[in-house]
Amino acid sequence: MTVSSRDEIFDKIKEVLENALGVDPEEVTMDATLIGDLGAESIDFLDISFKLEQEFSIKIEQGELFPENLMSDDSLVEDGKLTDKAMEILKERMPHVDFTKLDNGRSVDQLSEVFTVASLVDFVQRKTTS
Amino acid sequence: MRWMWIDTITAFEEGVRMHAVKNLSLAEEHLHDHFDGSDGLDPFAVMPGSLIVEGMAQTSGILVGSVNRFREKVVLAKISRVELDADALPGQCLRYEAEIERIDSAGASTRGIVRRLDHVEGEWLEIGRIDLIFSHIDNNVGGREFPKENFVFSDNFRQILVAAGLDRLIDD
Repeated sequence: MTVSSRDEIFDKIKEVLENALGVDPEEVTMDATLIGDLGAESIDFLDISFKLEQEFSIKIEQGELFPENLMSDDSLVEDGKLTDKAMEILKERMPHVDFTKLDNGRSVDQLSEVFTVASLVDFVQRKTTS
Repeated sequence: MRWMWIDTITAFEEGVRMHAVKNLSLAEEHLHDHFDGSDGLDPFAVMPGSLIVEGMAQTSGILVGSVNRFREKVVLAKISRVELDADALPGQCLRYEAEIERIDSAGASTRGIVRRLDHVEGEWLEIGRIDLIFSHIDNNVGGREFPKENFVFSDNFRQILVAAGLDRLIDD
């Protein structure tokens, strides 16, 4: 597999997001959040995963790129906040995501803010160099 | 079968591709209320584009459902692309050619080509491309629960599979 630079990965991800979310190229910046800024909905995450697999010839397991089924597990969410166990699992499973924004409130609603274009770039970079 | 927008399956390669055909008849109710009057022509009945998308969704949905012997509830979740270049008129025939692009436990993406047979011209002409995303909803990202019975693949679908000799794909 050819290892791509961060800029090359970003350019390809930009194209993936333009196609999957129907956004304009200038909207796709490293800091843009997938849900808040680019309008992604839950099914778009499946679409994005499939497109990234194709674009970078990688295999993405379910729950590897984005968290799944958090709300249905009582040990992970209490009163709308992520438990210590949830934070531990998320940090372990998703090293490509910067969870520091969550550290104070840990509200589930805040989760959407940590999934940025940069987190996708980090994810692909880890996958293609591992 | 009021809400079936394919008439028969004409080609099937398990887990790979499926073709289905839809014959358009002037007797169909949806054509009585949908006309194209553009380009200064007298209005003539055309099949609504949304129903062409539905036909492709049924074709692709059966193909995706067959991979897991119709045990999964396969639901159309996203229309990734629709390009339709020409109208479909009464007397013509549509062929939906669907291919699975990617499938896993969460869902599937499909690519599709729409062709039209005009019996006077006598050849299949590509008139559109429709790419779709399906969710296996019992395995949805949000962890939401749905009724146990498979409300997606009803008796109507079963009848089409039986007619095509594909009932071996149905797990009872």
